[in-house]
Amino acid sequence: MSKISLTVNGRSISKEVSDNTLLVEFIRENLRLTGTHVGCDTSQCGACTVHVDGKSIKSCTMLAVEADGSQITTIEGIANGELHPMQQAFNDNHGLQCGFCTPGMIMAGIDMVNRYKASNKPLDEAAIRGELEGNICRCTGYHNIVRSIADASTKM
Amino acid sequence: MTDGIGARVKRKEDKRYTTGSGKYTDDVRNENQAYAAFVRSPHAHANVTGIDASAAEGMPGVVAVLNGAELTGDGIGNIICGWAITSKDDTPMNMGAWSALATEKVRYVGDAVAVVIADSMEEARNAAEAVEVSYDELPAVVDTATAMDAGAAQVHENAPNNLIFDWELGDEAATDAGIAAASHVTKIDLTNNRLSPNPMEPRSAVATFDPAEEHYTLYTTSQNPHVARLVLSAFYQVAPEHKLRVIAPDVGGGFGSKIYIYPEEIVCLWASMKTKRSVKWTSTRSEAFLTDAHGRDHVTHAEMGFDADGKITAFKIDTIANLGAYMSLFSSAVPTYLYATLLAGQYHMPAIHCNVKTVYTNTTPVDAYRGAGRPEACYLIERVMEKAAREMGMDPAELRRKNFILEFPYQTPVIMNYDCGDFPGHLDKAQAAADVAGFAARKAEAASRGKLRGLGYSTYIEACGIAPSQAVGSLGAGVGLWESAEVRVNPVGTIEVLTGSHSHGQGHETSFAQVVADRFDLPVENIQIVHGDTDKVQFGMGTYGSRSGPVGLSAIFKACDKVELKVKQIAAHLLDASADDVFCEGGEVKVKGTNKSLGWHEIGLAAYTAHNLPEDMEPGLKEGAFYDPVNFSFPAGCHICEVEIDPETGVVEIVKFTAADDFGTLINPLIVEGQVHGGIGQGVGQAMLEQVIYGDDGQLLTGSYMDYTMPRADNLPSFDVEHNSVPSPSNPLGVKGCGEAGAIGSPPAIMNAITDAIGTENLEMPATPSNVWQAIQANQVKHAAE
Repeated sequence: MSKISLTVNGRSISKEVSDNTLLVEFIRENLRLTGTHVGCDTSQCGACTVHVDGKSIKSCTMLAVEADGSQITTIEGIANGELHPMQQAFNDNHGLQCGFCTPGMIMAGIDMVNRYKASNKPLDEAAIRGELEGNICRCTGYHNIVRSIADASTKM
Repeated sequence: MTDGIGARVKRKEDKRYTTGSGKYTDDVRNENQAYAAFVRSPHAHANVTGIDASAAEGMPGVVAVLNGAELTGDGIGNIICGWAITSKDDTPMNMGAWSALATEKVRYVGDAVAVVIADSMEEARNAAEAVEVSYDELPAVVDTATAMDAGAAQVHENAPNNLIFDWELGDEAATDAGIAAASHVTKIDLTNNRLSPNPMEPRSAVATFDPAEEHYTLYTTSQNPHVARLVLSAFYQVAPEHKLRVIAPDVGGGFGSKIYIYPEEIVCLWASMKTKRSVKWTSTRSEAFLTDAHGRDHVTHAEMGFDADGKITAFKIDTIANLGAYMSLFSSAVPTYLYATLLAGQYHMPAIHCNVKTVYTNTTPVDAYRGAGRPEACYLIERVMEKAAREMGMDPAELRRKNFILEFPYQTPVIMNYDCGDFPGHLDKAQAAADVAGFAARKAEAASRGKLRGLGYSTYIEACGIAPSQAVGSLGAGVGLWESAEVRVNPVGTIEVLTGSHSHGQGHETSFAQVVADRFDLPVENIQIVHGDTDKVQFGMGTYGSRSGPVGLSAIFKACDKVELKVKQIAAHLLDASADDVFCEGGEVKVKGTNKSLGWHEIGLAAYTAHNLPEDMEPGLKEGAFYDPVNFSFPAGCHICEVEIDPETGVVEIVKFTAADDFGTLINPLIVEGQVHGGIGQGVGQAMLEQVIYGDDGQLLTGSYMDYTMPRADNLPSFDVEHNSVPSPSNPLGVKGCGEAGAIGSPPAIMNAITDAIGTENLEMPATPSNVWQAIQANQVKHAAE
């Protein structure tokens, strides 16, 4: 067991965790933030994507103890009074069906737009599709996810 | 109101999903929660000679280790197939016993033999690894085509040669005569590749037993919670129906795989009673690959005859379908009544005969997966049509046109009676949208860059709205396939609709509300859809076979009829008018030709205060209805795929995909198009990426996302989705169902485009770069030899 201190969605947290606890288990089971999902066990699906110090990370690829001292943002932490433009874009463009991959898609989408804006690169359809390689959706055929992220990128 | 039928209303349910507030089964955690981990067979086929749980029982946190002998000893029944198919010699199907925990024999890798219940998931999994099971390994049978061969391992004693049933549909003599009389016969051998459904939410169950009430509550990832309760109660004897509540909360996709009642739900319920703890199990993705029912897996030889004019004379089909190690709930219906009944496609065929043999193998059970039988039929017909056109030197679109059914209703030779359609119209619309006229120029331009370009058609039809209860009962179904609804007008005038349909991505909370909003001219916000809980909703048969629109909505519509009648009577009484003059408009109930009106809150209040109602009228304002469809509905359309292939690598790029679909009345085109996109995405997966592969020893070789290729964003194009709607005359709303068409229509369009580009028909799904490259090479060698 180790004691870790970190900030999750703006809240300071200190907790004892097992050294083999994955960050996603810590988020779901210890903090009960169940918007972050687990869709596979090989770090392929991206349903568990969160932001660690502003970067998009699959929270199943990281131990909770590695997040000691980090700033974590989960799907529950991105709406600021009103929906984040990426959340709104998914609703506006029917970018989700069953909703299970959606938190990961939104977290990956925000990170993607931020990176492309920071480096002044155009985020066109091919770029969005390439950037989504780490996130699997079984419902939408990605068509409306791509449109959602493109739409949000004009509003962020 | 602007948000009625046909409006592109943004989904009401999205906010909880986009903010992380959705509540899925694995998000449920009860007080004093215990966790289940299953001990699964590592062998495809073996006798179980002993289970030693002593080490596991002494491990930290372990509550209990339970096995199949205890399960059957407690009277828990075997898992059954709910659709009885009779062989052509009038013998019943050979259903082998399937216990939720195997007792003497395991029959596929992943077959559960014991379960560990512990205080934490980690403790349960660690202890499951410490359970020592002794096996006597047996030879395994895996391959579909050879499962009936002499000397093959026998999966179930009561199914000699692994044959479950040998079934036929159609007139064999007429079909043979039609083939014999044909001036051209096209022959084809095709495999329909085995797929893993892979909803992104893994299956999960949380079972809680209340000893004082002797009552069970089960949260589960189900497409049909009432069917789950019925089967768990009536057949598996886990709990009496009135002592079992099944809740299917937010469910993260199903695609068929969450229809069935699996061993894990049975075991969790039983274990919660044994241990007096709430027991939770959530599948890992590895377990999902091993245990979620697979789809497809057909091997088929077919022959289609044509006269000198290109008109079809007969179609003869021989199929072997692999049902895996046990017969899953609807497994027998998929390769029979959901397959052979659609083999006429969109064409006038004077005679059809289909023979289907189903076999056991030491593999995961196979059941309905998005489309269920209809993709297998469509793939076969549409590849045959394309091949025939090429052999006869005809344009593939013109061959189709020449054979289209043009008049309705149309009785096919294989049970189905098509109620309506516009097959040439779908083809016209798709051809225009796909710019087929410009294809030759695009092909020439691609050739100048050293690329092969191809175009392929699929003019598909399917059957949705499962199904008229009496008809399916006469064909062996163990259940009726109606749907039920209750429409409640609250005292404040808002409306709750309780439906037996289940939404797990389909957006019912929006589209169903639109239908009621349209009916009463109310804002969609005033209407709440309630589903997925057997304690809340009266009954229901659930969501599969694209039945929620044609059957579920029809039940709601029928309940609305009754509500409207009572609303009009109350309004007429209060406003001193004739009920015939009362109508709903602009959120109010009005009297024709007057300025008299009442708000829905006033009607609701009057109904529930009952101070001033018409004489003999009961208080309250809620009505229920059961709707049993009179026919299937028949979505149809045309898909056109255009591909570009690099002959050096075999890599296929879909450069354009066009769908022109007929789903009848569109409730919400935004949602309908989303269903089509997703269906085509899975169709591309089947055609180009996905395949479940077993080793000869029955080991699953594609057991993770590193081995099983799921479609990702950069594997797919954007899709052009067009509508050519002909409302169905068979249900009150004219809807046809849109959930499966994309997955049914697209695989043959893609394969026809690829085979068009590479100039050979010798290509099976999935058309991976390796398979395409090898087909190109083999074709070149063949041509060089000629």
